[in-house]
Amino acid sequence: MALFKNGVEMDDAWRSLPDGEAAPASGHVIFPFDWWLEERGAFEGSNVPLGIRIEPGTDLNNIAADIKRFSVIALAFPKYGDGRAFSLARLLRERYGYKGELRAVGEVLSDQIQLMQRCGFDAFEVTDAITAKALRAGRIPGVTHFYQPSERTETPVGVRPWTRVSKA
Amino acid sequence: MYRYDEFDAAFVADRVAQFSDQVKRRLEGELTEDQFRPHRLMNGVYLQLHAYMLRIAVPYGTLSARQMRKLAFIAREFDKGYGHFTTRQNLQFNWPALKDIPAVLTHLAEVEMHAIQTSGNCIRNVTADHFAGAAADEIEDPRPYAEILRQWSSIHPEFTFLPRKFKLALTGAPADRAAIQVHDIGYQLTKNASGETGFIVYVGGGQGRTPMIAHKIKDFLPVGDLVAYTQAIVRVYNLDGRRDNKYKARIKILVHEMGLEKFMDAVEAEFAAMNKQELKLPQAEVERIQAYFAPPALPSKSVRSEALEARRATDKKFASFVENNVSPHKAPGHGVLTISLKAIGAIPGDASAEQMEAVADLAEKYAHDEIRVSHEQNLVLPHVALDDLPAIYDELVKHKLATANIGLISDIICCPGLDYCSLATARSIPVAQRISEHFGEGARAAEIGAMKIKISGCINACGHHHVGHIGILGLERKGVETYQITLGGSGDETCSLGDITGPGFSEHDIVGAIETIVDTYVAQRRGAGEDFLTAYRRLGMAPFKKALYERDKGADI
Repeated sequence: MALFKNGVEMDDAWRSLPDGEAAPASGHVIFPFDWWLEERGAFEGSNVPLGIRIEPGTDLNNIAADIKRFSVIALAFPKYGDGRAFSLARLLRERYGYKGELRAVGEVLSDQIQLMQRCGFDAFEVTDAITAKALRAGRIPGVTHFYQPSERTETPVGVRPWTRVSKA
Repeated sequence: MYRYDEFDAAFVADRVAQFSDQVKRRLEGELTEDQFRPHRLMNGVYLQLHAYMLRIAVPYGTLSARQMRKLAFIAREFDKGYGHFTTRQNLQFNWPALKDIPAVLTHLAEVEMHAIQTSGNCIRNVTADHFAGAAADEIEDPRPYAEILRQWSSIHPEFTFLPRKFKLALTGAPADRAAIQVHDIGYQLTKNASGETGFIVYVGGGQGRTPMIAHKIKDFLPVGDLVAYTQAIVRVYNLDGRRDNKYKARIKILVHEMGLEKFMDAVEAEFAAMNKQELKLPQAEVERIQAYFAPPALPSKSVRSEALEARRATDKKFASFVENNVSPHKAPGHGVLTISLKAIGAIPGDASAEQMEAVADLAEKYAHDEIRVSHEQNLVLPHVALDDLPAIYDELVKHKLATANIGLISDIICCPGLDYCSLATARSIPVAQRISEHFGEGARAAEIGAMKIKISGCINACGHHHVGHIGILGLERKGVETYQITLGGSGDETCSLGDITGPGFSEHDIVGAIETIVDTYVAQRRGAGEDFLTAYRRLGMAPFKKALYERDKGADI
C-alpha cells in the first residue's frame, strides 16, 4: 500500500483503528464509523488528532457536529464503480466546510484520480501497483478543460463564461 | 446551430487523447478488461455479438451537412458503408475495429463531434424535440438548454459513476415529441403567469424491464436554476440509488421505493442547501448559447405555395409525401420535412453513406444547412420552403428516401435485436421488415392512419415497445422466439404504457396478429378521424383480445 498526498508519496502517519480498540492518547488513528459513534463522548473537548472512515451509504448528518474536529476523513470506494464517495466528498467540502485531509481508500485507480481531486480528495491510499507506478511517475490520466465548477482552483481562462475552466 | 469554440475543441481533443491512452494501456495489459470497460463505454464503445459497436453522440439530434458527410466518410472508410440512427438521436456504427476507434474519434473531432457519454453509468447524450426551433407549436427552442446541460454533464467529476445510466430529454412545445415522460429527467419549457420562461420538471420515467411514467415534481423551475436543480436530483440519485442490482438501479426505482413525496423532499432539501450561486445560469450566458441557435433568416412567403399545389394536383405520390412527411413550420410558406429511414422492407434507422451524402446535399441546398435525427429513427430537414418541396422530393426519390409513411404503420421504431445485440433475446429487424412489407405506404397504410409500432428484441426496451400504440417485445421461450404484444402505449404528452394482450405469438404468426388488431380497430372506430390510440382508449382491450385469441386456433394466420 502506498499513500500519495498532494502529488507526493509519503509514509502514512495514520493507522486504522480496529473496532473495539481504545484510541491511544497520541491519536493518529482512523476510527471505523460505528466505533466512533460509540466513543465520541470520550473525546469531547479534546483536540487529539483523529480520523474517521466513512463507507458509502452513510448519512453524514449523523456526525455533522464532529466533522470539523477530524484531521483525516477516509472515504471508501469498495469498488471503483461505486461513485457515492464522489458526492460524499463534495458534501464534506461544500456543505460541512471540512478542510482537513480527504483520503480516498479502497479500489483507487489512476483513471478516477482526477475526478476524485475535482471532488475535493487530496490524499490517495493506493493498492493497485500500476496506479502506484503511474502516480510515482506523476502520470495522472485526465483532461485539462472542465465544464463544471469543482473543489479545486482551476484557473479561469480569460473571460470564460460561466463555469468553464482550463487547468493552468 | 451550436459551434464549438476553442475551448470545446480543446476539450474534445483532450478526451480523444485520454481515451487513446486508455486503449493503449488496455492493449498493453495495464488495464484489465473489467477496468477498461467503463472507459470504453463512456467513450461510446460497446462489445456486441459480432464486433465492437461505436455509438456517436448527436447532441439533441442536430447535425450540419459537413458533419453528416463526415459520418458518411466514416461509414465507408471504417464500417460497411452504412450507419444506424438510434432512438436516442445518435448514430451507431456496427463494425469498426477497436484499433481504428481512436482514428474515428479524431475524424469526428474535426467536425465537432464525439462519442462521449453515449454509454456507461453516466449522464448520457441529452435529447430534445427533433422539430426544435421550427415547429409551429413551440414556446421556445429547448436546444440551448440541452446544450448547457450537455456541457455541464461532460466528464462531470461527481456523476461519472452513477448507479446506472441517466437520460435527460427536453421539449419546448406542449406537444411532446421527445418522449420526456419516459426519461430519468424530462424538462418541458413553459411560461408562468408573469410571462417568464421556466421548466415543468418530470423525474423517474423509463422503459426497460420495469417501465414507469415520470412524475411531475415541479410546475415551474426558473431557467436560472436549471443546472443547480439537475445537480440536486442527480446527487440524491447518486447517493441513494440502488447499486445492489443493476436492474433496479435506475432513478425510477429509487423514486418508486422511496415514495414520491420523500424523494421530492430529499431533492428540495438538497437544492435548498446547495450553493446555487455557483451553478446559477446567468441570463447573459443563456443568451450567448441561444445566439448559436438563432433561427435562419427565412424569406417571407405566402402561406400557400403555388409550386407545391400544382405538383400535388397532378402527382398522387407527391401529394401523399407532403401529407405525411411535412409538418407545420413557424414561418408561413415553410415546412418541417421528415425524411423516412423506413423504406418499405428496409431496416429502420439504417442509412447508407450515399444516402447520408444526399441528405447533406439537400440540407445545404434547400434547408439552411440543418439536419435533425429524430428519436423515431428518421431524419428531418427542419426549415424548408414549400416551394422547394417538388425539387427536394425528386432528389429523395433517386436515393430511395421518399417513402411517404411518417406516422403511419410502416414508420416502425425497432432496436437492432438479435441480429446485432448481445443482450437481445429475439430478432426484431425481420419482424419490422415483414410488417412494413405487409402494410406498405399506400392506400392501406393511409386508411389505417396514425399508428406507431415499436419493436424491442428484449425486455431492455430499446425499441420503446412500452410506448408503442402497438408494441412488440421479442422473447425467447424454450429456444424459440416469441413475440408479446402490447396495445395503447404512447410516448407523447398523454404518455401511457401499453397493456399486454395475452400469450405471445410465434415469428410466423406475429404479422397476422398485427393484421387482426388493425382490422378490429378499423371495424370499430368512429370514422377515420378516430385514430388507433384514441379508439383503444375508448374500447379497451376486450375486443382486441377477443379477436386475437378466440379465433379458430391459428387457422387464419
